[in-house]
Amino acid sequence: MPPENLRIGVFVCDCGSNIAGAVDTQALRAYAENLPGVAVAVRNKYTCADPGQQEIQRAIYEHNLNRVVVASCSPTSYEAIFRQCIEGAGLNPYLLEMANIREHCSWVTPGDREAATRKAKDIVKVAVARAHWLYPQDEEQIPVTDAAMVIGGGVAGIQAALDLADAGHKVYLVEKKASIGGIMAQLDKVYPDIECSI
Amino acid sequence: MMDVGRHPNIELLTHAEVEDVSGYVGNFRARVRKKARYVDEGECTACGDCAAVCPVVVPDEYQIGLGSRKAIHIPFPQAVPSAYIVAADECLGQNPIACGKCIEACEKKCIDFDMQDELLDLEVGAIIVATGMEVYDPTAVDEYGYARFPNVVTSMEFERLISTGGPLEGHFARPGDLTRPKHIGFIQCVGSRTQDPERGYPYCSNTCCMNTVKDAQYLKDNYPDTEITVFYMDLRTFGKGFEELLMRTKSNGVRYIRGLPGEVREDPASGNLRVTVENTTANRLETHEFDMLVLSVGGKPATNTEAIRQMVSLSKSPSGFLKEAHPKLRPVDTPTKGVYIAGAAESPKDVRESVTQASAAASHAAILLNKSRFAVEAITAVVDEDLCKMCGQCAGVCPFGAIHWEKKSVAHITSAACSGCGTCAAECKFGAIEMRHFSDQAMYAQLDAILDEDPSQKVVTFACNWCSYAGADTAGVARMAYPPNARIIRTMCSGRVNPEFIWYAFKKGAPVVLVSGCHYVDCHYIDANRSTTRRLDGLWDGLEKQGLRPDRLLLEWCSAAEGPRWQTIMTEAEKKRASVSPEEVERTRELLASARVPSPRNPKESDENQDAEFACMRCGHEWAGYFSANLERTCPQCRSNSVRWLRTSR
Repeated sequence: MPPENLRIGVFVCDCGSNIAGAVDTQALRAYAENLPGVAVAVRNKYTCADPGQQEIQRAIYEHNLNRVVVASCSPTSYEAIFRQCIEGAGLNPYLLEMANIREHCSWVTPGDREAATRKAKDIVKVAVARAHWLYPQDEEQIPVTDAAMVIGGGVAGIQAALDLADAGHKVYLVEKKASIGGIMAQLDKVYPDIECSI
Repeated sequence: MMDVGRHPNIELLTHAEVEDVSGYVGNFRARVRKKARYVDEGECTACGDCAAVCPVVVPDEYQIGLGSRKAIHIPFPQAVPSAYIVAADECLGQNPIACGKCIEACEKKCIDFDMQDELLDLEVGAIIVATGMEVYDPTAVDEYGYARFPNVVTSMEFERLISTGGPLEGHFARPGDLTRPKHIGFIQCVGSRTQDPERGYPYCSNTCCMNTVKDAQYLKDNYPDTEITVFYMDLRTFGKGFEELLMRTKSNGVRYIRGLPGEVREDPASGNLRVTVENTTANRLETHEFDMLVLSVGGKPATNTEAIRQMVSLSKSPSGFLKEAHPKLRPVDTPTKGVYIAGAAESPKDVRESVTQASAAASHAAILLNKSRFAVEAITAVVDEDLCKMCGQCAGVCPFGAIHWEKKSVAHITSAACSGCGTCAAECKFGAIEMRHFSDQAMYAQLDAILDEDPSQKVVTFACNWCSYAGADTAGVARMAYPPNARIIRTMCSGRVNPEFIWYAFKKGAPVVLVSGCHYVDCHYIDANRSTTRRLDGLWDGLEKQGLRPDRLLLEWCSAAEGPRWQTIMTEAEKKRASVSPEEVERTRELLASARVPSPRNPKESDENQDAEFACMRCGHEWAGYFSANLERTCPQCRSNSVRWLRTSR
């Protein structure tokens, strides 16, 4: 079962007219407010702008939210930003879910406000349903050995090894042949300046 | 090169091969065999006294067989390390009675025939794969007469012939009679840009045009009386200073003729070469005579790259070169965290490009190494040890080797090596693997939310984070309208889609289910989406067995750039949805209520590379083709990937 006392905040974004031009965001906000587990639904002109993000943080404090759904654009654009935003208000970043009502809805459903709004409601409903099953996650911190192995001692391997070594890292350069140099060492001259290869 | 030899932070291991790599980002363990050199490289002064007395003379590979060396030799004068090596398979023997002349000649006593291979275990945080390319051998392109006519050479052999460090010590001559050639022809694209696999590779090798232009200018600078003709199909001089160099050669009288020769014949008396070519600019058949002909050969993936690729779990492009994590945004990263690629191992490159990419790879590796700790995104797989039945199926499908399993033991996942694709969770029949952040419960909750109301109007769509979801984004950015019926569930990989989810959706009244992901070559989890195909093959069979239309389950691959393709996929899926009657959906609910979820259909080894029959689940087209588990299937009629493998013809 999902955790009890779920308090989900839904933040519906107009994205100027990008979403609001095709979707009835007022109706969408009202719909979202009545979805199971939702404590508050807020509509914003630009949720990603500073005032929009501050609104999310304020709502987290005021309504004691423990899950956040942002109904706006693709997570590939803004998930990282909104994760930071809710983390700033004390929530684990994995408690965020995005409902993509722009790229997957308003932008591809022109001229049919009713159908676009119906689809947007479903997208938000699905995101809220998923939010019920989000849990705080800790990112495992793995120690890093400060050394690199470069496989191949041609010009690329040589350059990579030198750069890493110059940056202060230990480098093992492994070359199959008896000398480094690779194909470069077999060339007499190289273009465009016709200079020696070695 | 010398900087490498003396850099305090670099340990140079030559005559060495990586035998095994284990571990994960930040914590790799590599076993390296440093083969016996039989010469103490720290003590050797490269005086050459040993080689002077060595009686074994063999072709010198550095001079591509155009010169000779001894069994004990230095690879080339500027070699790093600057030390001799004994080619053990050529040496007459360590027994002083058999030979042992070099041991006597070496004043510093640094030759040791008792030297053994050393096995080194390296612990490293990052790996850069820079295994390079090899030069194409043009013997197969028989009409050019390479290996039959002594004055037909490759562009690499030409480098050695003009080099002061070459076998002729800078006294440039043709191999046939050691006279200086006055008329030289160059033939471009040898082994490149051909659709005939017997005669090379389909890709452009990138470096050969400019290499020829450089050679032509070099000849004009040093032997101005040389007449040079270059035969080409396109001249690709796209880099900084490249076009200028081409123009310089033209103003110096180098002729460029568009057209690749069809035939080369040798005049046995003179050793000269008669070339027949269709000059496609002048539209006429021409014959040219040359003293020497240079075949501008392309590059191919280095033989050893494949072994390394498997050791560190990398993917490869159709060309066989290593595949980058993203062609534009992450060109030096790989799907395996902590492993980077540089140079011609990724695609044929010249020196400047190789150096640029190497610096980029080094900087990405340095970003990792500069951190004392690396945070793993919390989307990894977790085994429930109480539910694990110790079958090991999960370990078999993990593209990253992140699952350790031994008989009679529960599976163990190294989360640092796990990339979170979820194909293990989809493979587990016992529900014993849970994906953090992409849990089964969340998936079912999403399916419920989609199908609770008006299921008949919905197209349940699974889309992978990297390609098809992003392809849908691209369609949106380009405002490509399509029917509003799709409901997308995002997964990291299509490999996450457990057949149980699809079965559940049909049981809940879904008229159509669409699974989408990356094209085979684009899979961000190496080959996890091959498992998606196996599972859908099983489901198509299973639906049919239940008396249901298998074509209600669709499969599509769509890259992040293919917005128009996504629009088509959506439009076609909606057509399919509209074709499903309410009675059909009702019958599905009844029939699947107690039916078991079909298992994946796993191809047998004997199915591989066999003639087979396929059917398109989108358009209904059936055809005979060729089966390979690694071959992306596409309907020849409608370009859909909803291609069901019916049977292999035996």
